[in-house]
Amino acid sequence: MTGTSLEIDIRHRQGDFLLQAAFTAPAGLTALFGRSGSGKTTLVNAIAGLLRPDHGRILVDGRPLLDTSRGLHLPAHLRRVGYVFQDARLFPHLTVRQNLHYGHWFTSRAERTADADAIVAMLGIGHLLGRRPAALSGGEKQRVAIGRALMASPKLLLMDEPLASLDDARKTEILPFVERIRDEASVPIVYVSHSVAEIGRLATTVVMLADGRAVAAGPTAQIIAQPDLFEGSDRAEAGTILHTRIDHHDHEFALTVLSCPAGRIDVPAIPAPPGTSVRLRIRARDVTLATTRPDHSSAQNILTGFVTAIQATDAPVTVVQLDCHGERLTAQVTRRAVAMLGLRVGSSVFAIVKSVTFDPTAVSP
Amino acid sequence: MTGWMALTPEEWMAVRLSLWVSLVAMLASLPFGILVGMLLARGRFWGRAVLDILVHLPLVLPPVVTGYLLLLTFGRRAPLGAFLAEHLGIVFAFRWTGAALACAVMGFPLLVRAIRLSVETVDRRLEDAARTLGAGPAWVFLTVTLPLILPGILAGMILSFAKALGEFGATITFVSNIPGETQTLPSAIYTLIQVPGGETGALRLVLVSVAISVTALLASELLARRMAKRTGD
Repeated sequence: MTGTSLEIDIRHRQGDFLLQAAFTAPAGLTALFGRSGSGKTTLVNAIAGLLRPDHGRILVDGRPLLDTSRGLHLPAHLRRVGYVFQDARLFPHLTVRQNLHYGHWFTSRAERTADADAIVAMLGIGHLLGRRPAALSGGEKQRVAIGRALMASPKLLLMDEPLASLDDARKTEILPFVERIRDEASVPIVYVSHSVAEIGRLATTVVMLADGRAVAAGPTAQIIAQPDLFEGSDRAEAGTILHTRIDHHDHEFALTVLSCPAGRIDVPAIPAPPGTSVRLRIRARDVTLATTRPDHSSAQNILTGFVTAIQATDAPVTVVQLDCHGERLTAQVTRRAVAMLGLRVGSSVFAIVKSVTFDPTAVSP
Repeated sequence: MTGWMALTPEEWMAVRLSLWVSLVAMLASLPFGILVGMLLARGRFWGRAVLDILVHLPLVLPPVVTGYLLLLTFGRRAPLGAFLAEHLGIVFAFRWTGAALACAVMGFPLLVRAIRLSVETVDRRLEDAARTLGAGPAWVFLTVTLPLILPGILAGMILSFAKALGEFGATITFVSNIPGETQTLPSAIYTLIQVPGGETGALRLVLVSVAISVTALLASELLARRMAKRTGD
């Protein structure tokens, strides 16, 4: 999980729109985050070879797919880049089984690393193999599309908002599969999304795109801790990602107690054994700060730490970064509160976490 | 009762020749029809409009004109006709091959139109998906485009075949009306009507024509239904 897996530096003009993005990303799941029209899909199409950028370089694990300075533009079918489209794009004239084996068939014998049975089992699509795409639900189509891309033994997997066309129930159905691919199938993934919840849950690295430019790139926790990078309602979704472990269960109150260096955090019961790791996302707006320990409060999760940074701003709300025993925690509070509490860099504080969004299926024993 | 319905050997010959000529015309023009249909639907090249007009010309020209133009191009003394006869041994003038050529040319606009329309409805994003799965251009065409335009191809084939069966003007102008060589069903009917006492024969051939046409239409309907069932639309 070290070194650079993805290296991108491209410039492409499409009408009035200029895509000019440069970033590198390590292995794992790289999320391209941005509003619609920010150039995410254009960028992904360039990686897939479905679009020929005017200028640039694209390298996957050191293998050049595009280098306009050398006149190299590998055709899409030779790139071995799997692509899961927003609309599954299954072949309507083929059965699910034939769809799955389509890419496998075009992969040379030596390159065939995909295990059909394992993929079918992982995606739970065994009972669909004989059907035609027209007879599948949206979630099933998307699962088959993921399987089809994996069956071609890709060197890189592109996922362009694979959940966008699904309702919440179907999203929860697909997310665990994406996590398993990220964790089990050692294939780097580029994942396009405009949902903070999704990238917070899935991404190793986040690349923020705005108006065709990569405005920020870095580890997910680092990007998501900067509400200023996000726009509109997404700003309230920014915050902290904590990697915790299930300590024990409190059966009497149906709670699960998680532990991490920052302290202990109680959440509604998670159906997983102690020792399971759980990735928590704490919204910055859900963190309240206090200079004395609140004794009579409904909030149970109180972490201790000190202020590392206070955002200088004229806006009513500001961002305070904390260090809780080595873990970074981001809080969003009013500027007046900062003044009234007399918070400065170095001040000791109690961070009260009102609620957490957690992801019980992000488990790795 | 059935006595008058029995076809004379000459009439049988006309029926067989007609089916054969139409079949050859349809099959021989099919690859060109697919190519031109794809070009017109997708191609962005200079002269596309000219090609479009050229292909559709037989649809609007008087068939006699088309037949005469064929004679001027592929006749024994015409440069192209002489070249083909000398180097490839293909002679069109006053041969059944000429009848097939005339039928193919007349049916071509219908064939191309049906294929072009179905190519235009193909979701090109499916072809993109195939490319990302490792399929090169030829494989994308064979495994995605072709199966998806198959209903259009079949419709075009049936139209082209039906047109060939009924083709009269261009054929008779180009290759005349020689029994056993270029006398197709319409020419035979025409000849029978011209001679005294030929009405019964003409009626028999008319009934045969109707039967063939109805069968072709039924077959196309059946095929269309099966295709629709396959893709589940």
